[in-house]
Amino acid sequence: MSDVTHEGSSGTAPPADNSWRQRYWKKNVRLMVVLLAIWFTVSFGFGIILIEPLNNIEILGFPLGLWFAQQGSIYTFVVLILVYALWMDRIDKEFGVDEPKGKG
Amino acid sequence: MNLEPMQFWTFFFLLLTFGIYIYIAWRSRVKETKEFYVASQGVPTIANGAAVAADWMSAASFIGMAGLIAFLGSDGSVYLMGWTGGYVLLALLLAPYLRKWGKFTVPEFVGDRYSDTVRVVAAICAIVISFTYVVGQMTGGGVVFARFLGLESHWAVVVAAVVIFFYAVLGGMKGITYTQVAQYTVLIIAYLIPAVAVSQQIGGFPVPQVTYGTILAELDALREEFGLHHFTEAFAGRAGGQLDVFLVTMSLMIGTAGLPHVIIRFYTTKTVRGARFSAFWALFFISLLYLTAPAVGAFTKLNLLQGVQGATGEGDLPAWVEPWAETGHVQVNSDGAIDSVSNVQGAADMYVSPDILVLASPEIGGLPAPIIGLMAAGGMAAALSTAAGLLLVISSSASHDIYYRMISKEKASEKTQMLVGRLAMVGAVLVAIIAGLNPPAFVAQVVAFAFGLAASTFFPILILGIFWKRANAKGAAAGMLTGLIFSASYMIYTLPLFGLEANDHIWGISPEGIGTIGAALNFLVTIVVSNLTRPPSEEVQEMVESIRYPAKQQLEAAGKL
Repeated sequence: MSDVTHEGSSGTAPPADNSWRQRYWKKNVRLMVVLLAIWFTVSFGFGIILIEPLNNIEILGFPLGLWFAQQGSIYTFVVLILVYALWMDRIDKEFGVDEPKGKG
Repeated sequence: MNLEPMQFWTFFFLLLTFGIYIYIAWRSRVKETKEFYVASQGVPTIANGAAVAADWMSAASFIGMAGLIAFLGSDGSVYLMGWTGGYVLLALLLAPYLRKWGKFTVPEFVGDRYSDTVRVVAAICAIVISFTYVVGQMTGGGVVFARFLGLESHWAVVVAAVVIFFYAVLGGMKGITYTQVAQYTVLIIAYLIPAVAVSQQIGGFPVPQVTYGTILAELDALREEFGLHHFTEAFAGRAGGQLDVFLVTMSLMIGTAGLPHVIIRFYTTKTVRGARFSAFWALFFISLLYLTAPAVGAFTKLNLLQGVQGATGEGDLPAWVEPWAETGHVQVNSDGAIDSVSNVQGAADMYVSPDILVLASPEIGGLPAPIIGLMAAGGMAAALSTAAGLLLVISSSASHDIYYRMISKEKASEKTQMLVGRLAMVGAVLVAIIAGLNPPAFVAQVVAFAFGLAASTFFPILILGIFWKRANAKGAAAGMLTGLIFSASYMIYTLPLFGLEANDHIWGISPEGIGTIGAALNFLVTIVVSNLTRPPSEEVQEMVESIRYPAKQQLEAAGKL
C-alpha cells in the first residue's frame, strides 16, 4: 500500500459554515457502526454464540464454528480495518479534509 | 548427539540477529525528545505496522500460544480472537483520533482531556500494567537459553537487558521502532518455516491454515485415546463454559485496545490517515502468526501423541523427550507405556508444559538443527521487541507525564528532558533486570490480567473522551477507580495472590474475563457521574470536536509555518 497522494487535492479547505462537520461525522459514525456490527457477528456470533450448531457443518475437515473461531474471524478483522481505512479516505476526500503527504 | 550442531546454530542465529539490532540502533540514535518519544512522527506506515506487530507479539504469543491451543483445543480461540479483534476497536475507535491529538503518551491525552488527577492515576496505571508485562518477557527468554544453550535462565535476563538497554537508551522510540521491524522479520520467518515444513510433512501441502483441517479427525481420535477432550469440541477446554469464553474474549479485545504500549505506536505515524493504515498493516502482520498458531498447535500435538503412542518404556520414547525432561518442562511419570498426556504436573503418565510446544515443535517434527536455532532467535526477538516497547511506556510515563508535566511544570529545557527520559529508561531496565532475576511468585499469573486492568481502566474513558463531549474529569476519575478496584478485587478474590486463599469463580467467570464487567461498570459510573456534575469547559469540548477531522491538522500546520 503506498502513501502517495495527489498534490492537487491538498489545498481544498473545508467549507466555511460548520454544517459539513455534522454530515462528515454522521458518515463516519454510520460506517463505524456497520463495521462493528460485522465484527461482533462474526467473532462473538459465529465463533462463540452459534459455534455448536455451526460445528455440524464440515468444510475441508473443519467444523464451521471452529473455523470461524480460529481462522475466519481473524480474516474478517483484517478486511474490516482495510475497508475502514479505504472508505475513510473517500469520505475525507469528499469533504476536502484529506491530508497532504509528508510533513505539513 | 545432535546437541552440538543445535547449540552452534542457536548461537549463530542469536549473535547474528543481536548484531543486526545493535547496528540498526546505532544508525537511528536520537537527540531530541520528539524523536525519543514518538520518532518525530515520521515512521512510514508499513514499517510502523511491522513495529506494532513485533511490539504486540510477546514471548507469550510466540512461545506460549500454540501450546495453549494444543491443550485447550477449540477454546484456544479466546486468545486468537481476543488478541486480534482488539485491533478493529483500536483502528475504528481510538487510533485516528488519538493521533490527531498528537501528543506523546496516553496519560497525556486523558490529562488534557480530563484533569491532572486523572493524568497521574493514568500514568501510574500505565506503569503498573507495563511493568507486570515486562517481567514476563524477561523470564520468557529464559526458557530459550536454558534449553538451547544449556545456560542458566538468568543469563537470558542479563543478555536481553543489555541489548535492550543499548538501543532503547540510545534511540528511544526511533531506535526501538526500526529494531522492531527487524525483529518482526526474524520472528515471523522463524515461526512460518517450521510450520510450513511440518504441514508439508503431515498434510502433504505447504499451507498450514488449510492442512490442519484435514488432520482434525485423526487428532480427535488420538486425543480420546490419551484421555483428552476432542480438539474440535467447543467449551470443553475452559471450566466456565460459553459465558466465560465470551467474557474472556471480550476482555482481551478491549484490553488490547486499551494497552498503553500499543496505543502509543499510533502517535508515531505522519498523518491520521497513516494511523488508520498502520492499524491495518499491524493486524495483517499479526494475523500471519495468529492464523498459523492453531495449526502449529494441532500438528505438534498430533506428532507428540503419535510419538509416544505405543512406547513401552523410557528408552523407547522419542529423542526429543530427554533433553526437555532435563529442563523440567517434560516429566515422565510411568515406567511402562504412556496412556495419558496432560499439561498439569503429575496428573497423567506424561506431563508436557504448554510453554515448550512451539520451541520444541521442530524437534518433535524431526526438523534439522538450523531451523531449531532459528526458532530460538525468533523467541528471543519476540521477547526483546515487546520488552523494549514496554520499557518506553514506563520511562515516558515517569519522565514525561510525571516529571515534565507535574514536577517541573513544563519548565524543563529540552536537554534536561532528554536526560530525564534516558535516566528513566535506565531505571526501568534496572528494575526489569532485578524483577526478571527474582520474579515475584504471582507475576506469571498477573501478566494475563494486565489485559483485564487495561480493559477496565483505560478503554472506557478513552472511548467516552473521544465520542462524548459531556464526559468530565470527575466522571472519568470515578469510572477508572471503580473499574480498577472491581477488577483487581475479583482477581485477588479468585487467585492465590499475596498469600491469600483462592476462592471459587462466581458463575464460572474466570479472573481473565472480569475485565469485561469492570469496563461496563467503568462506562456506567463515568456516564452517571458526568451527568450529575458540571460539563467540561468550552475549550475542552472544542478540542474534542477538533480531533474528529483530519483536516484541522493541515490548517494548523500551515499556520505554524
